[in-house]
Amino acid sequence: MNFKNLIAYVFLVICLCLVQILLLKNLALFGVAFCFIYLLAILSFPISMRSFPVILISFGLGLLIDVFYDTLGLHAAAATLMAFLRTYWLKAISPNGGYDDANIPTLPEMGIGWYVSYSLPLVFAFSLMFFVADQWGTGGLFGVLNKSLFSSIFTVIMAIIVQLLFFKRRRGI
Amino acid sequence: MLRILQFLYSLRSFLLFVLLEVLAIGLIVSNNSPQGAAFYNSSNALTGSVLKTRSDVMDFFSLAEANEALLSENAGLLEHLKERGYIPDSIALALDSALEVQYNFKGARIISNSLRFAQNHLTLNKGSKDGVKPGMGIFNEQGVIGRVKSVSENFSVGISLLNTGMTLSSKIKTNNSFGTTNWDGLDSKHAKLLYVPSHVIANVGDTIVTTGFSNVFPEGIEIGIISSVEKGENPNFLDIVISLSTDFSSAHYVYLVENTQANELDSLYKTSQIENEF
Repeated sequence: MNFKNLIAYVFLVICLCLVQILLLKNLALFGVAFCFIYLLAILSFPISMRSFPVILISFGLGLLIDVFYDTLGLHAAAATLMAFLRTYWLKAISPNGGYDDANIPTLPEMGIGWYVSYSLPLVFAFSLMFFVADQWGTGGLFGVLNKSLFSSIFTVIMAIIVQLLFFKRRRGI
Repeated sequence: MLRILQFLYSLRSFLLFVLLEVLAIGLIVSNNSPQGAAFYNSSNALTGSVLKTRSDVMDFFSLAEANEALLSENAGLLEHLKERGYIPDSIALALDSALEVQYNFKGARIISNSLRFAQNHLTLNKGSKDGVKPGMGIFNEQGVIGRVKSVSENFSVGISLLNTGMTLSSKIKTNNSFGTTNWDGLDSKHAKLLYVPSHVIANVGDTIVTTGFSNVFPEGIEIGIISSVEKGENPNFLDIVISLSTDFSSAHYVYLVENTQANELDSLYKTSQIENEF
């Protein structure tokens, strides 16, 4: 990753966090579909990046969102889980020839079919962890599953839209 | 020894994952209980100022509605004033210490609010500098909103009534039978009234207000209206659902109320070893 890409990543992270904190905090489609767009930052770390820093950065990001949401620990726990699973999921769905070294797991690089099968289970794992922790002991299993499913679908759709609008092929992000 | 270290090194990302996850769950447990002290939340200076700027911009678009609400509130207050108005040039005497002011009121603005989670909180733009203290009640012209949890210099964080950990001493206005209001975490428009004995006659449409038994709210602040009464699973109590009178999604300007005699009451409870949980 060269210096220009690094700057682009930092800019992406800041933008996504700002949108998450300022605009999406109270947004819930039909009361069940939440949007966790900042997960796009965790999803688009390079494939060759080691899992140790990815987990650490995800925890930090989750904690940052938590501080603004007054839900200390919820986002951090869920984001850490997602970052941990990401490494294994990337191995599990690698194409026949393996990945190129320079590959970034984004929509313009990898195509829509691969991207959905990459992001949807990960975001679903995040949502499941998040809502289970949020409704611990109070809500039923059905409510948790319902919210997780629709939130992950909504988040992936939003992530795809953001990438179609702002990400360019073969030029950093 | 070296092989053990190598083995641990090969597991380092898993170990980090477990460590951070335990840390996060520890944070959840220690910070999301309603009474727990909260440090890293939206009442600290940086996050507070970011949220305040956001709310400044957002509130601009609802100024007209806020004005209207203030107008109707003012009109109601003026009416009250007229009812008990002093005749000009008369002398007012303090008759009894029982008539001393027991409650202090302050105004504040909500700069951050959530209603979609099971544990909802709100942030206010007034802090210890303006005399806000933990334990004050929060309400607006529609009804009860919550209770202040922790305070920093310029901001304060409150537990919303829409928080499964928040309980509120409340009664049915027509027959004064009391119970406890608690949100069940499902829907931001409805809550439950618990521990009302089954012999009480409760009708759909009855108003629920605060009791004044707790040290938080004065008597008679509206909470909601009964929307359904059923025989509960426990045969001793009724299963009552309240439709809340406060619209939490549009609450911007709120009042804070402080019981000036709360300390005295608290120490009295402590010496007589009664626990008042509200």
